[in-house]
Amino acid sequence: MKSFSKLDAIVATLDRVNVDTDQIIPKQFLKRIERTGFGQFLFYDWRYAEDGSLREDFELNHGRFDGAAVLLTRANFGCGSSREHAPWALLDYGFRVIIAPSFADIFYNNCFKNGMLPIRLSEQQVEELFERARSTDGYRLSIDLEKQTISDEQGAQFRFDIDPHRRESLLKGLDDIGLTLRQEDRINEYEARRIQFQ
Amino acid sequence: MPRTLFEKVWDNHVVHWEEGKPALIYIDCHLVHEVTSPQAFEGLRLAGRRVRRPDLTFATIDHNVPTWSRLLPILDPTSKTQIETLEQNCKDFDVTLFGLDSPHQGIVHVIGPEMGLTQPGMTVVCGDSHTSTHGAFGALAFGIGTSEVEHVLATQCLIQSRPKSFLIELEGRFARGVTAKDVILYIIRTIGTDGATGHVIEYAGEMIRALSMEERMTVCNMSIEAGARAGMIAPDETTFAYLEGRPFAPAAFEEAVNYWKALPTDEGACFDRSIAIDVSSLAPQVSWGTNPAMVTDVTGEIPDPDSLEDENARKAARRALDYMGLEPGTAIEEIKLDRVFIGSCTNSRMEDLRAAATVIAGRKVASNVRAMVVPGSQQIKQQAEREGLDLIFREAGFDWRESGCSMCLGMNPDILEPGERCASTSNRNFEGRQGRGGRTHLVSPQMAAAAAIAGRFVDVRQWEN
Ligand code: SF4
Repeated sequence: MKSFSKLDAIVATLDRVNVDTDQIIPKQFLKRIERTGFGQFLFYDWRYAEDGSLREDFELNHGRFDGAAVLLTRANFGCGSSREHAPWALLDYGFRVIIAPSFADIFYNNCFKNGMLPIRLSEQQVEELFERARSTDGYRLSIDLEKQTISDEQGAQFRFDIDPHRRESLLKGLDDIGLTLRQEDRINEYEARRIQFQ
Repeated sequence: MPRTLFEKVWDNHVVHWEEGKPALIYIDCHLVHEVTSPQAFEGLRLAGRRVRRPDLTFATIDHNVPTWSRLLPILDPTSKTQIETLEQNCKDFDVTLFGLDSPHQGIVHVIGPEMGLTQPGMTVVCGDSHTSTHGAFGALAFGIGTSEVEHVLATQCLIQSRPKSFLIELEGRFARGVTAKDVILYIIRTIGTDGATGHVIEYAGEMIRALSMEERMTVCNMSIEAGARAGMIAPDETTFAYLEGRPFAPAAFEEAVNYWKALPTDEGACFDRSIAIDVSSLAPQVSWGTNPAMVTDVTGEIPDPDSLEDENARKAARRALDYMGLEPGTAIEEIKLDRVFIGSCTNSRMEDLRAAATVIAGRKVASNVRAMVVPGSQQIKQQAEREGLDLIFREAGFDWRESGCSMCLGMNPDILEPGERCASTSNRNFEGRQGRGGRTHLVSPQMAAAAAIAGRFVDVRQWEN
């Protein structure tokens, strides 16, 4: 797994609640058998018009967000389908950090598996960041996972919470499968006492 | 200490746990399908790993299969590749596959229970959010991402933080024409699409006890639509009777039943949250927006976004109505339809098809509507044909298809055209879910069937069978 410790990057905003994974990556693009190459299809139906041209009414198409690696959005981001293609697409497009008041469980989990950091802040803090991003061209945030802080150049600073185990694996880029396989004795022992009926 | 059903199942599956850390839990049944597994098998291959328990791993092909005749070729080359990839992976890693030529092929969440793979007290996972369906048997069943699919394939375990518990008590009996689907839609409407995030719901109460297994599956299926990690229902005589004699049900059935009987939540056990809902006066539910909490009574009307208090909710409702092409104040019963879809892991089982057939028997689909039925599995399709339901549907003007996910998500050729409006028995009305620009209204099979005949929504409680 990829590791993550610090990032300083442009922030893109997506001012919508309940963004579901069907929007993040529509089903017609789930047929690939690789993990890469999904970025071009990110938010496909929102980004492109029927004729394939970019839609001006969609925020991410605004030039000011070019090169953004932080996505600032609203509550319940990533709800719906469990498709890991959603974080794959966000990552491939360039996002490493997503900030929202809340995330759907499966999506939240999937992010960590791909070296991405989803950050939960309060509604009020998210609102404040939205205002700053709106009023500052090229708005940037610095994220420090070690210290669990988010800050901008104008002096805003927030601390965020994260499960210590997740933080540790992300910082070190640990391979979950490799770690679990090291516990093979315990798995064998469990299998010996496991409840099952023939 | 008294424990909940969830706690018992969780405790029984902890392989290792240290205070303050997530637990390593064991998985009893891993279901696999073509869309979320190729990268996981590829990961195993690259790392030179094997599938630890092929005997606990079962695969099917459901998401992108065409539902026209199985004798016709699959035209879409990417779908074909994905299907062939799963076939090859199952061969290489020795996993049982219920493939396109199998009499047991079907939607993964339909065939698991149908074959008796899903049993009380088990942990069941699948790279699919509607794995919550299997909780109807008192299993702890939840959806996982592809990285976790790979983790389970390699280790038969998962690293999981223990979710919180949420009791939803359902009282009263619902009226004729009202169904389990209406109950779950009403629950999501009440608690919201993130109302149960981080929680495992246990559905309990007099109403739940009276439900059949198929109805319980419909309820648990949509738990994820309220954000829940899983939904569970305590096993009882209804559960045992359903399981007995199924191909993978335990041969030592009595012994298993004795174990299962100890699973229900103990008297006095604590939940992190609880609510109670009385369904006695519940009306059939119809979704009007672009998420499964945007729902109202069939006798109601399209709400006015301006009446909502929260700014974000107002914006979302405006966007939804714009996408759906609806005006505030329009009566639900005035909404005309272009398509009707009866299918999906929510509502494509025998009882759903029988109920829909009863509504349409001897009638014709409205001239403005194209309607289709997609049975959840080959077994269901055959049983329905033995009962003559296919004839009822066909004579009414419905398309009668092969089994699969079909227009629940439109990964196969079954999709809505832009702007088309569909009454659907599936579980998601997200933008573009059934086809780009398509407009989905979630309803029960009875409501969908009546809508197909009337060409618009009607209150199926008034329907004369
Ligand atoms: S029927 Fe729909 S919801 Fe169910 S597994 Fe298939 S695509 Fe997913």
